[in-house]
Amino acid sequence: MKLALITDIHANREAFEACLEQAHLHGAERLALLGDFVGYGADPGWVVDRVRDLVAQGAIAVRGNHDEAAGREPSPHLIEDARRAIDWTRSRLSPEQLQFLADLPFTHETDNSLFVHANAWAPQEWEYILGRQEAVRSMQSTVCRHTFCGHVHAPALYHLSSTGKIADFTPTPGVAVPVPTHRQWLALPGSAGQPRDGNPAACWALFDTDRHTLTFHRVPYDVDAAAAKIVAAQLPTAFAERLKIGH
Amino acid sequence: MPYSASIPPLPAFEAGEVIDGYRLEERLHQGGMANLWRVTHADNTLPLLMKVPRIKGGEDPATIVGFEVEQMILPTLQGLHVPKFVAKGDFTTRPYIVMEHLPGDSLRPRLDRAPLPPAEVARLGALVANALHDLHRQHVIHLDVKPSNILFRHDAAGRETEAVLCDFGLSRHDHLPDLLDEEFNLPMGTGPYMSPEQVQFVRSEPRSDLFALGVMLYHFTTGQRPFGNPTSVRGLRERLYREPVPPRQHRPECPPWLQEIILRCLEVDAEKRHPSAAHLAQDLLNPEQVKLTARAERLDTAGTVTQFKRWFKSLGAEPSARGSAAEQLKRAPIIMAAVDVSGAAPELLELLTETVRRIVAAEPGARLACVSVMKTARIGMDELTDEQGHSLHVKQLIGLKHWARPLSQALALAEGLLTFHVLEAPDPAAAIVEFARRTQVDHIVMGARGNSALRRYLGSVSSQVVAEADCSVTVVRVPQVGGGEG
Repeated sequence: MKLALITDIHANREAFEACLEQAHLHGAERLALLGDFVGYGADPGWVVDRVRDLVAQGAIAVRGNHDEAAGREPSPHLIEDARRAIDWTRSRLSPEQLQFLADLPFTHETDNSLFVHANAWAPQEWEYILGRQEAVRSMQSTVCRHTFCGHVHAPALYHLSSTGKIADFTPTPGVAVPVPTHRQWLALPGSAGQPRDGNPAACWALFDTDRHTLTFHRVPYDVDAAAAKIVAAQLPTAFAERLKIGH
Repeated sequence: MPYSASIPPLPAFEAGEVIDGYRLEERLHQGGMANLWRVTHADNTLPLLMKVPRIKGGEDPATIVGFEVEQMILPTLQGLHVPKFVAKGDFTTRPYIVMEHLPGDSLRPRLDRAPLPPAEVARLGALVANALHDLHRQHVIHLDVKPSNILFRHDAAGRETEAVLCDFGLSRHDHLPDLLDEEFNLPMGTGPYMSPEQVQFVRSEPRSDLFALGVMLYHFTTGQRPFGNPTSVRGLRERLYREPVPPRQHRPECPPWLQEIILRCLEVDAEKRHPSAAHLAQDLLNPEQVKLTARAERLDTAGTVTQFKRWFKSLGAEPSARGSAAEQLKRAPIIMAAVDVSGAAPELLELLTETVRRIVAAEPGARLACVSVMKTARIGMDELTDEQGHSLHVKQLIGLKHWARPLSQALALAEGLLTFHVLEAPDPAAAIVEFARRTQVDHIVMGARGNSALRRYLGSVSSQVVAEADCSVTVVRVPQVGGGEG
């Protein structure tokens, strides 16, 4: 089965639509959405409704820290601008939409794959996987062969051999990487709605669960439209500017 | 809980057994790392070879990971310079690779016949360099180039047409995770052939393969190894500061151009080697155009003081930052200017000069091959001299060099980066396409016949080249005055 992985949409409708369209073109049969559906962007209502529809159709979805902050209470971890965005987001969502975000599970496990927003060792504490050390810690906290995380906005792939050797790899878009199950793999597809690796194109990835290959993708979208909406909503302009440079 | 299960003991492979439809016919080779079987399959007429890793009780990371790397990389490779990949078995239960079986010996037995004549060394070297360039273009660095990993394809007459590289157990693919990168604490490679940067744990330098080829060329030329066969890391590190004895000291009849090429391949600093395998192949195919430097004349190794300085420098030396295989090739393209020196209109020749100048100027490491085709009759003898008895071939070469003069002045190309070739062929387009293919040209620049009546009558050479070439083609045309067709 071909499973499309999309994460950190952050209320960016244009980016999310572009990812969904390209995933469909690549024959994706199922979706896994790794959290942070809201925050930063100007289309929280549309994105949450779309995610609810997709979940009703069988998509996997897990909770991100921004979803928790919007659905439950603003987290003390969030920086000032992000908290402002969450307050704005809450004002734009209906009680049902907020409840949907509040009820999202922290993790989902299926067929030896783990889906979690931040990491496997403490999914509720939102610590980042920034390097090999955190990647090993996460992989050693699960028996799953493949872990898929969001939270970190740049794409990366880590692997752990049966002898405990860890290595990391910066993926090339469009190249199918074999991810056989005798190693453990931790994949960060990168952010759809707010990429931060210097490339403004939206990130997503495709996991072929039969052939055990993982392909990272980048898809261009209407960045100017998404940025203009952020400015029009009087959200911090930095959120709009960073979309244009992918930082 | 960490996953710690090791690979289970593998079932024995026996003759007559059928595995996933492949019948084991005969064991061809039992090696330290792998066994090779001749196999057959009902649906496949290709001669087939199955490679099965030898797993020697318990964990043996070198064998296991190397085999995993080959299982990952071989399926991504295409073309004549690698064995065709057919199938692979599940790595955890029954690992194997089925690939095309290439008959004939590797290059290994020929080492015993060294020294070989210089022309033969150059011929073999060019075949291997072309194969390496094809591999590098596919984003893969071999990192274990040696005679036993080189096989050949043959034409009907039994002549070697292409070198075929095999065994990708130490290779690295630009776009795939390097499973070996973190695995070992010792340099990876084969002692005599390992490049200085490999000794320093760099696995992303495509010119490491040129160094290994240089070791082979040295051995074939002199019958000796340039750095012996060290077995310790300390022994391997010697190549960082001790230069090899010049081939001409072992064998005075080694021509200066061959020594120049070999010693350039063996430079400690990869930046001083040929910028790509295609550049090296060009030199091996055109000995008379090799730019000779002090390397060509050297008859002795450096004195003790120089060597001590080098040794001291090597102590703290870190290899410089390197690019990937593909990045490297982008920096050193081969550009071919196909020039009809006698037939083309002066305006076209001028426009062609200007276009070539712009293209080459934009590519600092580029090599420019200027080519002119001397049309010969398909049948019968040609006049090879003009009325005054001058060789037409030489005349055309003079014309070509004259055409390129403004270019060589404007571009100030290092000598050796500008070469001239007059081809004799009945079909100019086919000759241009064939030359480009053989010398791994990245970009052909040529003129189009301006006069449409002539084009209709004679056919267009440029459109045939555009249709048949493997690389980019830029066709230059002088705009028609008034815009209409003549």
